[in-house]
Amino acid sequence: MSSKKTFRFLLNAVICTLLLSSATTYALEVDLLKRLATGESDEKVAAINQLVATEHPAALSILQALKNGELNVSGKGELLIVKDEGTFDALTQQAINPAPEIVEALMLNNRIRGALDTALAILNLQSPDKEKRLSAANELLDKATLELLPGIQKALSREADKEIKTLLELIEASIQIKDSDAEVRLKAVNVLAQSDQSSTSLLLQPSLAKNAEGQFLEPDLRIRIAAKNGLAKINERLVRMEYLGRLFSGISLGSILLLAALGLAITYGLMGVINMAHGELLMIGAYTTYMVQTFFRNFLPSSLDAYLIAAVPASFVVAALVGMVLERTIIRHLYGRPLETLLATWGISLLLIQTMRTFFGAQNVEVSNPSWMSGGYQVASNLILTYNRIVIIGFALFVLLLVWLLLNRTRLGLFVRAVTQNRKMADCLGVPTLNIDTWTFGLGSGIAGLGGCALSQIGNVGPDLGQSYIVDSFMVVVLGGVGQLAGTVSGALGLGVVSKFLEPLSGPVMAKILILVFIIIFIQRRPQGLFALKGRVVEH
Amino acid sequence: MSAITKLYGYKGWLALSIFSAAVLILVPLLNQATADSNPLHISDYTVSLMGKIMCYAIVAMAIDLIWGYAGILSLGHGLFFALGGYAMGMYLMRMIGTEGQYHSNLPDFMVFLDWKELPWYWTGTDHFWFAALLVVLVPGLLAFVFGYFAFRSRIKGVYFSIITQALTFAFMLLFFRNETGFGGNNGFTDFKRIIGFALADPATKTGLFMATGLFLVFALLTCRYIVTSKFGRVLAAIRDHESRLMFCGYNPLGYKLFVWTLSAILCGIAGALYVPQVGIINPGEMSPGNSIEIAIWAAVGGRGTLIGPLLGAAIVNGAKSWFTVAFPEYWLYFLGLLFVGVTLYMPAGVVGVVQQLKARFK
Repeated sequence: MSSKKTFRFLLNAVICTLLLSSATTYALEVDLLKRLATGESDEKVAAINQLVATEHPAALSILQALKNGELNVSGKGELLIVKDEGTFDALTQQAINPAPEIVEALMLNNRIRGALDTALAILNLQSPDKEKRLSAANELLDKATLELLPGIQKALSREADKEIKTLLELIEASIQIKDSDAEVRLKAVNVLAQSDQSSTSLLLQPSLAKNAEGQFLEPDLRIRIAAKNGLAKINERLVRMEYLGRLFSGISLGSILLLAALGLAITYGLMGVINMAHGELLMIGAYTTYMVQTFFRNFLPSSLDAYLIAAVPASFVVAALVGMVLERTIIRHLYGRPLETLLATWGISLLLIQTMRTFFGAQNVEVSNPSWMSGGYQVASNLILTYNRIVIIGFALFVLLLVWLLLNRTRLGLFVRAVTQNRKMADCLGVPTLNIDTWTFGLGSGIAGLGGCALSQIGNVGPDLGQSYIVDSFMVVVLGGVGQLAGTVSGALGLGVVSKFLEPLSGPVMAKILILVFIIIFIQRRPQGLFALKGRVVEH
Repeated sequence: MSAITKLYGYKGWLALSIFSAAVLILVPLLNQATADSNPLHISDYTVSLMGKIMCYAIVAMAIDLIWGYAGILSLGHGLFFALGGYAMGMYLMRMIGTEGQYHSNLPDFMVFLDWKELPWYWTGTDHFWFAALLVVLVPGLLAFVFGYFAFRSRIKGVYFSIITQALTFAFMLLFFRNETGFGGNNGFTDFKRIIGFALADPATKTGLFMATGLFLVFALLTCRYIVTSKFGRVLAAIRDHESRLMFCGYNPLGYKLFVWTLSAILCGIAGALYVPQVGIINPGEMSPGNSIEIAIWAAVGGRGTLIGPLLGAAIVNGAKSWFTVAFPEYWLYFLGLLFVGVTLYMPAGVVGVVQQLKARFK
C-alpha cells in the first residue's frame, strides 16, 4: 500500500473517531450512506471503512447487500436493499411499500470490492458463528494493514476460541512489526516466529533487510536475532510439513495401488491366473458405485450421503459374480496355460470395456463424494489431509484386514491355501478343488470391485478406468512377490511413497518412467520379488 | 544353395512365386496401368492398405519366431516396430526441408517448441543410409541389452511378458513428452518425399508396396531357414522344456538372445516400411494394447508355423478395416471374442483348423 493511501486511511480513521465522539451520530450515518450512494470511489471506500468503525447494527447487512449487488439508490438518493422478497430501507431495515420505481444498483470496482471484503471480514470477526469468524480471520491474514489494528484488537479481546485467537494474534503481530516502538516490534517478531504460516516468513524478512549502504534497517539487535531465529524455525517447520505431506500423499497413492492390486494378489498370486481383465473388474466396481448412487438419488434422496456405504457390498458382489462367471466359462479351461490365459483375459477386458461403452456411453460418468468425505483436516498452512484420502487409506486397511481374515481364519481360506500349495493332495483329502477355484477367483474379483468403489471417489469413472491401473497393479504384485500379502502391501506402499518423493524432482511422468525402469531392473536382479516363497518351487 | 531350395517343397515354392508375382507384377500393373473405371482396377487406397497389412504380417512373423518357436511371449513388440518407424520418420521429417509450415530447416514441432538446433541423437538422419542403419540398430541394440539381462536372470513366461509390457509402456510415456524430441502427442507426420520421390505420387506408393512385399518374402525365407536348422531344434527344445535342455549341456542364453534380437530387428524394419505408407508415426503405436494385438495375429493364424501368423495378420487387420468402416462400435466385441475364441477353441489357429480338415477328408 502506498504511503499516500495509508495517509488517507489514517485521515479517515481520525475523522471518523472525531465524528463518532460527537452527538450527531444519526445525522452522520445518513451523510455516510449518501456518500456511499453517490460518492466517487475514494469517498465510497472511506464510507465503507467508517461504516465499519461506527459498529452500527445495520452495517453488516448493508455491506453484505453491496457485495451481493442488492444495494440500490432510489431517485431521491436513498439507499435501498432490493431483495427477491421486497425492498428495504438500508439503515432502518424496514420494508418499504410501495417500492420506489426508479432504482439503480450500486456498481463496484476492484478497489471498492477489496475494501468491502476487508470490511466484511472485520465485521464477521464479531459474528457469533465460529466458522464465520475463522474464515474472516483467515481472510484478513494476508491483508493486515494498520487501520485494521483497532478492529483486530477489539476482536482479540472478545475472542474465546483458541484457534481464532492464535490467528488474530498473528494478524496483530504482522501489523505491529512495523510499529515505531522497539518493544512492540520485538513482541510481534516473537509471535510471528511461533506461527506455522508460510506467509509469516515474508513478514519477518524486512527485519533483516539492509539498506544500500549495507546497514540494517532494523536498529535493534535483539529484534534482528529474534527474527533470524524465528525464520530458521519457520523454515524448518515448513520443510518438515512438506515431507509429511509427501509421505501422506505417498501412502495415499500406495493405498490406492494396494486396493487395485489386492484382488490381483489373490487371482494371480495364489491361483497363478494372469487376469488382464482385472482392471475391468475395478471398472465394474466403480460403475456399480455409480449405479448405487443413481438409485439413491432417484429413490432415497434424503439419505444420499449414505450411498457409499451401500455401494461397498454392492460393488463387491457384482464384481465377484462377474468374476465367477468368467472363471466358470472361460478361465477354467485355460489353467496351466498362462500365456493363453493372458490373451483370453485381454479379450475379456475388451468385451467388458465395449459393453460398458454400449450401456453407459464412452464419456465418464459422474460419481460425487458424499458430503462427509469432502474437506480436510488442516495440520499446518501447507499441509491439509483431505478426508477422502484418509477414508481411502482406512478403507485399504479394512480390505486388507478382510482379505487376511478370509484367507487365514475361514474354512474357505484354508481350502484356498491348501489348493495353492498342493492341488492333488487337497483333492485327495476331499477339498472340492474346482469349486474352490471359482470361489477364489470370485473373491479376487470382488476385492477388485471394492478397489473400484474406492477409485470412483478420487478419479474419473469411465470405460477406460481399468486400463490405467492394469500395468501398475501387475507391477505391485510382481515387485512384492507372488503369493504373499505382505509382499503386495510393501510393494504398493513402496511404489506409492517412492513415486511421490520422486515427483517433485523429476515431474510426474518422468517419475513414472523411472519407477518402471527401476522395476524392470529390480526383476532382473530378483525375479521372485521382494518376498520370495521359501523352499523348493516346482517349475512346471 | 541346396540348403535354401530345401526350405519348402515344390508346392511351397510355387505359392511363394505366385505371391511374389502378384506383389511385383500383378498389383502394380492393375493399379498403374488400368483406368479407374476398370473393374479389375486396384485403387491407391487398397495398395496402401495391403502394404500396411504386409508390414503387420512381418511383425506377426517376428512374434511367431520367438513365441511360436522359442516360447517367449513378448508384449512389447510394438515398441520395436515404433522405434524403427521413428527412425524412418525422422528421416522423412528432415526430407520435408523448408517446406513445412514454419519454412525452417528444423522439423515443425521443434520450431513450435522454440528449439534452435536439432538434438544430438538426430544427427545424420538426413542421410537415408544412416536412417536405415538406425532402423536396424536401435531396436536391435535395445532388444539385445534388454534381452541379455532378462534371459541371463532366466526371466521367462508371464514375468517376461509383463516386463516387456512395462518396457513399452515406459517408452510410450517418454515419447509422449514434448521435451524428449520425439514430437510428443502428434509424433511425426506431414511427410513429403522419400529418397527424392514424392510420397503423394501413386507410383511411390506402389514402389513402397513392392519393397514391403519383397522384404516379407525375404524375412519369411530367413525365418524358415532358422527354424528348420539345428538352431531351430534347440529353440523348440527351449520352448518345450528349458531346464531339460540345460541339463543336456546347452546354455539357452545365446539362442534366445539371437532370435529375440532378430525378431526385434524385423519389427524395426517393418515399422520403417510402415511409416512412409501410412504417413504418420506417434507414441500410440507403443501402447501396451497394440502389442497384445500383435500377439493375437500370431495366435489366430497358428503359432509355430510362420505362414500362419502372416495369414492371421491379414485376417485380423482385414476384418479391422472392414469393421471400423461398417460397424465401428462392434470392432472391440469382435476382437475380444477373437481373443477368447482362438485361445479356447482354436489353439493351433487357422493353420491348425485347415490341417484338421485335411486330415478328416483324407
